[in-house]
Amino acid sequence: MPSLKDLRNRIASVKATQKITKAMQMVAAAKLRRAQSAAEAARPYAQRMSSVLSNVAGGVATGSGPALLSGTGRSDVHLLVVCTGERGLCGAFNTSIVRLAREHIQSLMGQGKTVKIICVGKKGYDQLRRQYEKQIVELVDLRSVRNIGFANADGIGKKIISMFEAGEFDVCTLYFSRFRSVIAQIPTALQLVPAQIPTNDNAAAGPQASYEAEPGQEEILATLLPRNISVQVFTALLENMASFYGSQMSAMDNATRNAGDMIRKQTTLYNRSRQAMITKELIEIISGAEAL
Amino acid sequence: MAAFHFELVSPEQILFSGDVESVVVPGSEGQMTILKDHAPVMTMLQPGVVEVEESAAKRQRLFVRGGFADVAPTGLTILAELALPIEQLDAAAIAREIKNAEEDVADAADGEARRMAGLKLDQLRQLKEALGI
Repeated sequence: MPSLKDLRNRIASVKATQKITKAMQMVAAAKLRRAQSAAEAARPYAQRMSSVLSNVAGGVATGSGPALLSGTGRSDVHLLVVCTGERGLCGAFNTSIVRLAREHIQSLMGQGKTVKIICVGKKGYDQLRRQYEKQIVELVDLRSVRNIGFANADGIGKKIISMFEAGEFDVCTLYFSRFRSVIAQIPTALQLVPAQIPTNDNAAAGPQASYEAEPGQEEILATLLPRNISVQVFTALLENMASFYGSQMSAMDNATRNAGDMIRKQTTLYNRSRQAMITKELIEIISGAEAL
Repeated sequence: MAAFHFELVSPEQILFSGDVESVVVPGSEGQMTILKDHAPVMTMLQPGVVEVEESAAKRQRLFVRGGFADVAPTGLTILAELALPIEQLDAAAIAREIKNAEEDVADAADGEARRMAGLKLDQLRQLKEALGI
């Protein structure tokens, strides 16, 4: 049976924790709104990009074209770009992305393929390091970045491309969490290289063969494909950011509620033992008086 | 004059979306004016100014750098790496662009990349003079 002082201390400490989680929840909610609007503002560009890409790539015969589009023809070395958060206290957000990546790593290794990992975000690195220290080739730290700009994503994109050009991998997949709503974030795997071109759904609208290209289709594709990778990374980072804050918000909401429950329980216990103590003292006094 | 749909998007936001009468695009092979029912064409952009004419009285000028213009039967879409209204482009901003381009020239790994970077640098310098800032 804890003493009254212990109980008082415990209640005070849970109350302090509750204040922190509540503050974190509100901060996450405010940041979520910003991250969400940033993610939404970036969506049109990505959409236009993919429709332009499908227009141009539609004219290229399958199997030909730049290597970024058609791949190297092998799938021996896989590069996994795992985007996670830089901070914890966000529920299962980091873990669920890492879990998805880990499942893929295991199945790839089971098939005897070589796996290389680029970690974006410290938390994913911490979790993957334990098992796959040797496979991790790079850690991209975005902790000092306040607002993710296109330049950040472009840096990662350029890194992927230079690795590809050096022949260091055959297939590249991006792992991140797609933001559906505050309570639903979906860990997603997206293949970057070879590029997955969305099929042109307005093919019925008319023949695309009359498309003219300046300077030439090859040159345009050669700049369009690397750009597309950067755009995909950028979208992924923004979606990840929004998911992170959404996840953190609901995690902190839960924590605040749990702290409230705990305080209520401890207060009941405190009052009960206080009353028991008073009753005991009264009995002692009364029985003492009777004995006289 | 007949109007067509025009959109200017950069990775961060949509800068312009609406019906316009004509747009002057700084294409890689030279300036071109897009009017309604232009044949489908796809071009890379050089750093320069996009002139948007919504009506005879309403014109807008925007600076763009890097990206693509896509003329489709449905309208014109410009995907710019960087885009901002010309009013926001000051001497400091363009000096920064030129400095970046100079670094690109210095960093270029092979002849072809250096030629491309040098071309971009020249275009930026010309633009600076043309704007008189």
